[in-house]
Amino acid sequence: MAASQEERAEDIRDTFAMFDDWTDRYQLLIDMGQKLPPMDPADKTEETRVKGCQSNVWLVARPVPGSDRIEFVADSDSAIVKGMVAILERVYSGEPAANILSFDVEKLLADLELEQHLSMNRRNGLAGMVARIKDLAAEVAGS
Amino acid sequence: MSYDVWKVRGDFPILKETVYGKPLVYLDNANTTQKPQAVIDAITDFYTSSNANIHRANHLLSERATRGFEGAREKVREFLNAAAVEEILFVRNATEGINLVAQTFGRQNIGEGDEIVVSAMEHHANIVPWQMLCEERGAQLRVIPITDEGELELDEYARLLTPRTKLVAIVHMSNALGTVNPIGEMIAAAHAHGVPVLVDAAQSAYHRRLDVQALDCDFLALSGHKLYGPTGIGVLYGKRELLEAMPPWQGGGDMIASVSFEKTIFNALPNKFEAGTPHIAGAIGLGAAIDYITALGMDNIEAYEGELMTYGAQALTAVKELRMIGTAKEKASVFSFTVTGVHPQDLGTLLNASGIAIRTGQHCAHPVMQRYGVESTARASLACYNTREEIDALVAGIRRVQEMLG
Repeated sequence: MAASQEERAEDIRDTFAMFDDWTDRYQLLIDMGQKLPPMDPADKTEETRVKGCQSNVWLVARPVPGSDRIEFVADSDSAIVKGMVAILERVYSGEPAANILSFDVEKLLADLELEQHLSMNRRNGLAGMVARIKDLAAEVAGS
Repeated sequence: MSYDVWKVRGDFPILKETVYGKPLVYLDNANTTQKPQAVIDAITDFYTSSNANIHRANHLLSERATRGFEGAREKVREFLNAAAVEEILFVRNATEGINLVAQTFGRQNIGEGDEIVVSAMEHHANIVPWQMLCEERGAQLRVIPITDEGELELDEYARLLTPRTKLVAIVHMSNALGTVNPIGEMIAAAHAHGVPVLVDAAQSAYHRRLDVQALDCDFLALSGHKLYGPTGIGVLYGKRELLEAMPPWQGGGDMIASVSFEKTIFNALPNKFEAGTPHIAGAIGLGAAIDYITALGMDNIEAYEGELMTYGAQALTAVKELRMIGTAKEKASVFSFTVTGVHPQDLGTLLNASGIAIRTGQHCAHPVMQRYGVESTARASLACYNTREEIDALVAGIRRVQEMLG
């Protein structure tokens, strides 16, 4: 049986805990981002762009037809933000809307000591991306 | 050369800090510089033994505070070689100095159809106040273009000076490119048309000797925090006859000679432009910073930083895929660059993980980024305490980031 959302989050925590050095943690994050399935360049439009002050995120999210699950594809021009996208992908993608709404992503990023990247939402599109996914989840959960 | 950078480093306690367990390599000096112990001590001493309000009480502490504050003004005068201490106004920073000129001199002298000349390498602080004024007065902003190397097109500047030009507001040294502009020549050209000139010296003040009389500039603005002094204190220099003719900006205490509900008489210079209790400790800290720089010798600092620039330019241009933005012949302190395949934000974050502090982004100079077709750059900027070893660490750091992302 596939790991639950919380198990996958725990798995990410454990992996990060293996590295003391920040350079190694970032390397891990970058590698996670590089393993993401590529986004179709045609999907990178003004509409899908979540603009940040220094870097951007592109996000295409949709409900899986006939279910309350949400899947998404996302990319960023920053390798580190893309690594964060990979973390979000692991804990969000394919999850029922209710799980997306209830999952404490800020806490996960804080545990990984990455929360500075999420809170400084002027600098990257990450906070905007989380907001867009949650909006969609709220819509799906409400319908 | 007698300049001992290791001794200088010893004067700056923060340079002993570690970041994520690694020694701090501070290369974000164009943003703000670190403070020598002498500046920290001067601020502590003020609050420990002299704190009182200035200009208005006859007790001992107030006398000490007033002497410290006005003594700092005299230090600034000497530092800039201004003709008179009345020409030195304390403000919060260069930005406020520029806004003061825009709101007083600008409103008084610039009207419909008039033009203000700035350059394409200005910091937003020397663009937006003039845009706001132009909007209000129906005036126009004219922009001196820059070359691919990051130098001003002086022929174009000469053409922009017309009978409609009422002010030239020009940066001495670009924070985004490092270019040092030939402001002496540019001031003379403006004066030949009877046009006054404001110089934004925020970046140059800690890299080059400034002499407002030799330059013959009409206004000059600088920030204390870039000059190894505290934040929240800056200087606006203005020629006395211009300051005399200008209306006050902010009203309040200290800027008046007498107040009644029928009529208020404004105070004389410089108090006319210093309403309210100023940043007394800040001014005293700035005075201590000036003493510190003067003791090191601005010419020694310039010579040392010049050698470091040459060393850094060679080391950085040897990095594969690195594009230097701004390669003017006259340049100081700043290396602004992009690295192909590396987002500047990632570079900044990853260098930080190695203890190296640089700035990434648009450097409050969006038009410069647009000019070079880049969204943002990484910027390493030097000050009097940086070393070749730190430049080596930067170069090694960039190469490591390239490997990480490769």
